[in-house]
Amino acid sequence: MKRAALIVALLALAPTASAQPPSGAGLYAENCLSCHGANGVGVPQMGSLLRGVGAGTADFYLRTGYMPLSSPGEQPYRKRVLFDERDLQALVRYVASFGAGPPIPQPHPEQGDVSEGMQLFTEHCAGCHQVVARGGVAPGARVPALTRAAPVEIAEAVRAGPYVMPRFTNATLSDAQLNSIIRYVDYAKHPSEAGGWGIGFVGPVPEGMVTWLIAAAALVGVCTAVGRRVRG
Amino acid sequence: MVGRAQQEADAVIRKLVRLVDERTASAPFLKKALRYVFPDHWSFLLGEVALYSFVLLVATGIYLTLFFDPSVATQVVYHGSYEPLRGQEMTPAYKSVVDLSLHVKAGLLIRQTHHWAADVFIAAIVLHLLRIFFTGAFRKPRDLTYYLGLTMLTFALLEGYVGYSLADDLLSGMGLAIGYSVAMSIPFVGANLAALVWGAPFPGTPAFWSRMYIAHVFIFPILIGTLLAAHLLLVALRHHTQFKRERESERTVVGIPMIPGYAPRSLGLMFAVFGVLFLLGGLVQINPVWLWGPYHVAASTNGAQPDWYLGWLIGALRLMPGFDVTVGDYTLVPNPFWGGVLVPLVVFAILFLWPWLERKATNDHGFHNLLDRPRDAPWRTAFGFALLTWVFVVFLAGSADRVYVTFGISYESQIWAYRVLVWILPLLALVVAHRVCVELQRGEEVKRLRCEVLAKRPAASRSP
Amino acid sequence: MRRLRDWLLALVVPRLGKRPPRRSPPRRRIVEGREPNERAELAATLLFLGSAASALAFPFLYAFDVHPLTQLLGLSLGLACVLLAAALIVVGRGVVVTEELAEPYPPPAHEPEQEDIAQLAEESGDSISRKRFLVLAGGAAVGSLGIALVTPAASLGPVLDMDPFFRTTWRRGRRLVDERGTPLRAGAIEEKVFYTAYPEHADREEIGSPLIVVRLDPAELKLPGERQGWAPQGIVAYSKICTHAGCAISLYRVPTFAPVEPKPALVCPCHYSTFDPAAGGSVLFGPAGRPLPQLPLMIDASGELRAGGNYSGAVGPSWWGVRNRKPTP
Repeated sequence: MKRAALIVALLALAPTASAQPPSGAGLYAENCLSCHGANGVGVPQMGSLLRGVGAGTADFYLRTGYMPLSSPGEQPYRKRVLFDERDLQALVRYVASFGAGPPIPQPHPEQGDVSEGMQLFTEHCAGCHQVVARGGVAPGARVPALTRAAPVEIAEAVRAGPYVMPRFTNATLSDAQLNSIIRYVDYAKHPSEAGGWGIGFVGPVPEGMVTWLIAAAALVGVCTAVGRRVRG
Repeated sequence: MVGRAQQEADAVIRKLVRLVDERTASAPFLKKALRYVFPDHWSFLLGEVALYSFVLLVATGIYLTLFFDPSVATQVVYHGSYEPLRGQEMTPAYKSVVDLSLHVKAGLLIRQTHHWAADVFIAAIVLHLLRIFFTGAFRKPRDLTYYLGLTMLTFALLEGYVGYSLADDLLSGMGLAIGYSVAMSIPFVGANLAALVWGAPFPGTPAFWSRMYIAHVFIFPILIGTLLAAHLLLVALRHHTQFKRERESERTVVGIPMIPGYAPRSLGLMFAVFGVLFLLGGLVQINPVWLWGPYHVAASTNGAQPDWYLGWLIGALRLMPGFDVTVGDYTLVPNPFWGGVLVPLVVFAILFLWPWLERKATNDHGFHNLLDRPRDAPWRTAFGFALLTWVFVVFLAGSADRVYVTFGISYESQIWAYRVLVWILPLLALVVAHRVCVELQRGEEVKRLRCEVLAKRPAASRSP
Repeated sequence: MRRLRDWLLALVVPRLGKRPPRRSPPRRRIVEGREPNERAELAATLLFLGSAASALAFPFLYAFDVHPLTQLLGLSLGLACVLLAAALIVVGRGVVVTEELAEPYPPPAHEPEQEDIAQLAEESGDSISRKRFLVLAGGAAVGSLGIALVTPAASLGPVLDMDPFFRTTWRRGRRLVDERGTPLRAGAIEEKVFYTAYPEHADREEIGSPLIVVRLDPAELKLPGERQGWAPQGIVAYSKICTHAGCAISLYRVPTFAPVEPKPALVCPCHYSTFDPAAGGSVLFGPAGRPLPQLPLMIDASGELRAGGNYSGAVGPSWWGVRNRKPTP
């Protein structure tokens, strides 16, 4: 009887244990410590200094799944996020506590101007991300397309400059200009298809494929319908 | 009523024929021409696909000239309904293309049909060239026809490049800068030539746009049209080549006469070409210049590529390791020369010289009206296939950046891999193609002998 | 009226129904006969009508501006052509007769006529006593005329004057401004940011105008000897135009975690020429054959960035004389 009561009491306690607020320090210790060191001091050849990166940077890397990384030299890429929202926020707060840095931005793309956004994007971003944000190449890095980027993520990445991306502080791109850029990137997720199927919006490479794999193939087919094949 | 209608039709035809003959004295010629025979094989129609694409290019092109403004001397501001461009500064040339595409009914259809037709035109020429090459149709007496065709291919490449550069959008503007660099890279005289064509160092004077415009809408079309007329005349004068079957020989051409058999087929192919091009023109977006934005000297975008038929050149430019050949303070060979000038020069030189090279190598200076099957000329097929492989590998190298973006294979390692493959794969292609031809020939020989043995026929009545 | 109708029908209607008996005396047939193929005729007729219907839709779609207009117009016209093509191919292969005729090829050569032409050419000239002299003089006339006619082409551009290739819009003391015309302040230039600058009061569309400005850690700088003073506070400026093929360099690769990520570099998106901003613009990767020209900078009394002179070398792609001299204002 006593043993049964003890078991019931333990079972009753178990759910309440997970109702406790997540520990940022605990999550950091489990997921980040081995590469980034205690208090974000960084570990040589393993992980960068996190002191002063700010909530905005931390939120970007975590929300996109860029971090955690499986090996130090690997380029971060968008993958499934292992944390739920509460854990994520706790971890972000903890990393932000290492030192003062840029906060999580609050962009307002609806206040931006899509034409100004296109001009700014072409000037500052298209060299890597391609003029309609379809991604590209830089020696040493694969530049992601922005078709899945949320406005907050765009703002965070612009201010932080993740991996080998340069950063753009308020002095270079004001919040108002950033709103325009985000508005343009939103537009670029579904660019104009006035001419029909957009075939990727990257220009002549898919156009050449259509030329050969659709047009030339079809016309050679017509030639075989019109003309005879040589026998033997 | 129907019988009367038929007799009326006969009478009308007779009247028409008399009308023409009385004024032109051409009845004997027309009688021959209408019964001109066309040897029948699907691969003989590839040249026609190119021809009909050219016809559509001229027709759609004339429409475009009624709207395009070839001016880059000023900047104007866009105030149309396409939001992302509103308020942006651009040249009248770019604006006229955007306006035609987005604000003129049927404008985008005609413009896209024109651009698809250009891509298909050159693809058809390439397929036609491959057919001519691998069947030996370029041999005497048709070597002149072949040279005219190669010249038309050269003009078509330049015509297409200039055509899409006229729009002054970001992608083609970058392409013009590269074209300028290739011109500059010609040893000794490159800069002088570039100064002449552009009128000043890049981006040149506004007159450069007038020059591109007149080259694209008048000079090249006249040149291509004239060469095309000569090309077709030569084909007609010497009659078309043919594969050997039963009645065909070096002296006798067998085929379907123009009337009534061949003309409907040919017209059918023409409308099929038009149909495919109009369908693409309406349904698949090509060169959406309003998405790229106008060109500025300080602007560029990742992933910029030339149209497909210049892909081999961007591949060659990217594959070259980085060096200028200098002698003291003089730059003898700037880097873009190798990929931008030497590669196309070598490829076209081989193509132009090929009839002569083959005559020297085989000691065959004779006339040929009959075609080879590729397997019948193993060395020609092997060398041709090797050259094609070389060009194709260089072409693929030009798309290495998009392969990186799509498949994740590192750009630098692709470039290094291509630098090796570009020499190894053609050698492999040479050996494999030759082997395949020889084996196919042997296979036929064995089959023939087997047939003989089975039928117990003497060797003299063996069918060719 | 009846005659007009019959005449139109005669022109337009194909041969429906059986052939009536001929009234004129029978001639030898030129075109082989064949059995009528009514199924093919029906197919062709339907295809023609289908094509007509599709083509007729075009003016309606156009007039009523039906969306998506370009796609519908393309479908209408394209389908009309495709159906017409099918109809004609059916006619060619199934309705009219397909004859296989044999004809002789033209002879390889017409030797008697070739001889005659050669002979008439020779005989035309045999009354000339000093043939070579006359021909040379004639050739000189034509050749000289050709030279004269080609000469105006030299006006197309400065074909012999290479000075324009060395002129840039920069001169000592000229202020750097951004895209909007605001002067660049040295204090506002931060590390890991990529700036594009232009010369104040000058044409931005000249290739010598656009600049890349970045701030590097002065300890990381490895500039060539004579350029030690060109980078105040570690701020360096280079031509934005790639020395390979003239595209604008618009990629700045800057590592977040330097030990495992590649060093800062300026990259061109056309053929991926990569330049080292810390080492005087030298080429790290790619086909460029020449380092990126560097512009000396100085900071004036009010903290704004100004050019300290002209570039270290000519701007843009290489040519024969590109290394001969330095750029001039």
